[in-house]
Amino acid sequence: MGATIGADATPALSFEARAMQIRETEIVADRSGALYVPAEQSLVVADLHLEKGSAFAVRGALLPPYDTRETLRRLAGVIDRYRPRTVVALGDSFHDRRAEARLSQCDLSALAGLQSDRDWIWITGNHDPEISPSVGGDVRTALDLAGLVLRHEPASGPVNGEIAGHLHPAARVLLNGMRLRRPCFVASSNRLVLPSFGAFTGGLNVLDEAFAPLFPAGTFGVHLLGSTGVYPVAGSRLCPD
Amino acid sequence: MASRNLRSSSTAGKRTGQAAKHAARTTPTAAATPHAALPAALASWFTQKGWTPRPHQMALLAQARARRSTLLIAPTGAGKTLAGFLPSLVAACEPPAGELKGAGLKTLYISPLKALAVDIARNLTQPIAEMLLPIRVETRTGDTPPSRRARQRVRPPEILLTTPEQLALLISGEDAAYLFADLETVVLDELHALVPSKRGDLLSLGLARLRALAPGVILTGLSATVARPTELRAWLAAQTSPHQAICLTDAIELRGGARPDITILETDDPLPWASHSARYAVPEVLAAIAAHHLTIVFVNTRLQAELMFHELWKANEASLPIALHHGSLDVAQRRKVEAAMAAGKLRAVVATSTLDLGIDWGDVDLVIHIGAPKGASRLIQRIGRANHRLDEPSKALLVPANRFEVLECRAALEAAEAGAQDAVVNRRGSLDVLAQHILGIACAGPFLPEALRAEVTTALPYADLDRHDFDRVVDLVATGGYALRSYERYARLRQTDDGRLRLAHPRFAQQYRLNVGTIVESPMVKVRLTRTRGASGRAGSKPFSGGRVVGELDEMFAGELKPGDAFVLGGETLRLEAFRDSELFASRATARDPIVPSYPGGRFPLSTHLAQRVREMLAAPERWRELPAPVADWLRLQEQHSSLPSPGEVLIETFFHGNRHHLVIYPFEGRLAHQTLGMLLTRRLERAGGKPLGFLANDYAMSIWGLGDPAALIASGRLDLDALFDEDMLGDDLDAWLAETSLMRRTFRHCAMIAGLIERRHPGKEKNGRQLTVSAGLIYDVLRRHDPDHVLLEAAYRDAATGLLDIGRLGEFLRRIRGRLRYVPLERASPLAVPLLLEMGRIAVGGDAREDALREAAEQLLRESGLAETGSPQQRQ
Repeated sequence: MGATIGADATPALSFEARAMQIRETEIVADRSGALYVPAEQSLVVADLHLEKGSAFAVRGALLPPYDTRETLRRLAGVIDRYRPRTVVALGDSFHDRRAEARLSQCDLSALAGLQSDRDWIWITGNHDPEISPSVGGDVRTALDLAGLVLRHEPASGPVNGEIAGHLHPAARVLLNGMRLRRPCFVASSNRLVLPSFGAFTGGLNVLDEAFAPLFPAGTFGVHLLGSTGVYPVAGSRLCPD
Repeated sequence: MASRNLRSSSTAGKRTGQAAKHAARTTPTAAATPHAALPAALASWFTQKGWTPRPHQMALLAQARARRSTLLIAPTGAGKTLAGFLPSLVAACEPPAGELKGAGLKTLYISPLKALAVDIARNLTQPIAEMLLPIRVETRTGDTPPSRRARQRVRPPEILLTTPEQLALLISGEDAAYLFADLETVVLDELHALVPSKRGDLLSLGLARLRALAPGVILTGLSATVARPTELRAWLAAQTSPHQAICLTDAIELRGGARPDITILETDDPLPWASHSARYAVPEVLAAIAAHHLTIVFVNTRLQAELMFHELWKANEASLPIALHHGSLDVAQRRKVEAAMAAGKLRAVVATSTLDLGIDWGDVDLVIHIGAPKGASRLIQRIGRANHRLDEPSKALLVPANRFEVLECRAALEAAEAGAQDAVVNRRGSLDVLAQHILGIACAGPFLPEALRAEVTTALPYADLDRHDFDRVVDLVATGGYALRSYERYARLRQTDDGRLRLAHPRFAQQYRLNVGTIVESPMVKVRLTRTRGASGRAGSKPFSGGRVVGELDEMFAGELKPGDAFVLGGETLRLEAFRDSELFASRATARDPIVPSYPGGRFPLSTHLAQRVREMLAAPERWRELPAPVADWLRLQEQHSSLPSPGEVLIETFFHGNRHHLVIYPFEGRLAHQTLGMLLTRRLERAGGKPLGFLANDYAMSIWGLGDPAALIASGRLDLDALFDEDMLGDDLDAWLAETSLMRRTFRHCAMIAGLIERRHPGKEKNGRQLTVSAGLIYDVLRRHDPDHVLLEAAYRDAATGLLDIGRLGEFLRRIRGRLRYVPLERASPLAVPLLLEMGRIAVGGDAREDALREAAEQLLRESGLAETGSPQQRQ
């Protein structure tokens, strides 16, 4: 069994995961880009974009057909560490409507394996508005969890405790003369946007105007995914692309 | 009949060269008396001009009549180009041999540079018009308008001047067989520059195809003097059974020519310790320009060109017309400069290598080289520009930018005087290039794999290609070449009933044509002029759009800039306003000092040959008399305080400087090899407890700096220098490091783009969508983990080994120094190390350092905001 992080444990000053709060709810931002909600023992991942590689292949760009396998492998790793009761895939889990049909038998089995012994919820997204039963789990458009609302696309207008994906946040930072660009969590006390979890997904800079309506007066904090940890980053270090 | 140009003149004076006898060596086929071999129209044209064809030109003509491919080696000014075209002009004078089988294209001329092709066309059109020959000469480059290009496929000229990329496009057309059916000759210019590169690989494959389409075609290669002509002769020839014998073409080699007149600039102002700008020499450079008719000022990089141009104009009180020429400038701008040069309107041009190759530019009588030329051949070729009459000395002035460069310049000068050359090293053909070629062939029509393999192996770089690798590359083209066979249904190539492979859909041909070419430079960002926005442009302000394109910037450099930063482009100082849609918007900056971008030296590392000479020079104090006093003093100081590296050993020093412990090594193997060495040594030092933080490298030395004290580690025996420098670092350590490094990612990206895995351009509009592409880095990571034997990973590794990382050179170095380390522990920095320490180069760090930096910054942030324990979200500052 892998190491578990139960509902009460708060990580010490290690950067393997960072404990945070949205409204009254405690959450943990994991270095893999997943989010754990201890109160419900639920693990949330966003924007898996499974079968993105094959979507390109259909159009003649023969990208490696291993992205689904790799994404599921990473997901298995974080599931193993947290042993959640529920996994929530927060939208755009499939790159397009035909992605499910392109999944290999091998990947379907791997997915089924992750789904056994727990609840699995697919939140629909703009790339995958309809999800067929062949991939298991329950399908929802949104979810209430531990006092927070989970949806794929951040709502315009005021929210009261929201977890969303869709935007693929990334931050470009300046450190000791080096520049680094990585996916990140971006959050205020009121809402959080997860980084995209999919192996072939890129990121949109948090300084892009798409983020401005979500965080008025620029009040947001950024947690960057490094290779072995997740790190809070001072706003002054953020650079545009 | 002797050419009148053979008469020499000797004048007194230390630096004047002596005339040397021409030695024209020909093959057994003897050259007939010049005029008798020429048709009347040509002979009388020569007489009219007062010229006589030279022996090597007539010899090449004889070769052509005998239908033999030939390599002509001659220095600049020997009339190579005329030699190359003479057979075609002669053929045009004579009645045609038979019916045309195809479109009537008889002669194809290929040069590596667009500008060269344009220039040659200009020079050819005149004599053809004067001789009233019934033939047309046209160019075909990326700049040729689409309508003309379309017409050229249907009604080509008799002589077409073009580039390797255009050739690739032409052979990929369904009409290729018709287009080339009458081809008699292919002239390849500046062959020495083209061959050792991926472009050369692609060209060799294109030539193999031409030989198949026009079996009687002969190849004529024109080359500057090189150390090993055999390699070029082999490249030109069709290889049949390479394991038994390499086929060579015939060769005509011209020796001699006047010794070049090269001086190294000495100034009153002190030479800087570390600098690449040569700003100190501007007054002298201007004086030299004023004293000559037309000067070319060569620099190694685009950015140095900008800086020097800027500095010259700041001091240009006499308002001498000085222009700028480099690859990032707008095409129209470059043409203007070229035309002005040819028309005699300029006094100087500051240029990078785009002006390098064989263009005959008017009356250049002085070449100034800023910074070290990095290789003897490059120097010789560049100074060949000045005064292109063979028997009179070319004049060149070397301007070292810092003390170490004085040594390099000296070594280059001696090499040039000795006529020594760097070698053209024959390379194995890249697999990504082969993939691009195979896709192009498929676009032309269905092919039999085995027949194509036989054709491809007639090209020297691919002569050793075995069945297995060929099949892997075909598979790469067809389905991506993955171990997981899930893409059969999306295959780009399909089998026909008769066992041939054909393109699965015409749109793949469209994709191919948009992306062809191997010149995958560091991607460029267009720079557009706009109005200033005042405060640095933030997200949410009014949209930027339109604006004239001023030029392009290297993407890596552009990435270093923030809104508000100033930089120089096209001779203007610009201020970055914003990035939008992969374009950079900049306004005209106010008068203040622009950013000097930190570029450690040029792109080319010090050549092996020059490095050897420099090492020898350092070890011979009696030769220091020839060096400027400050440099000789510097070396003497080094001898006193530390030690001088001798050619057979490598010097290693340790000292404490700037709050860090340094371990300095002096391999003189060029910056690329040193960077690789730095990466590997850093890992090893880490394991030994040396706590390295980073390293600096330049062409002659490298320094690893850190918190741990290497001297103490060595003294206590915890660090064994011999073990540290063991060649085995090129095994596991290298593999592990390659796995993480961004250098590998970039190399892989190049290969993936060349092979057509990642497109540079899509048919249809490019949206500003993040889902339209997948970054090469992400693909690389996934491929490494799930398909580590993939052919593109292998191609990338090979590139890195020979190119960017210079692993071959590093390996030789490690073998050479085995057991010959001279270790000198010091209290303070040695004189020899000072330039390195002052170097404003990019500090390269290993993978772990980034993570550490992130951690440090995060901890600092938490401490500052008093949130060390809870880590709640913070306000953005």
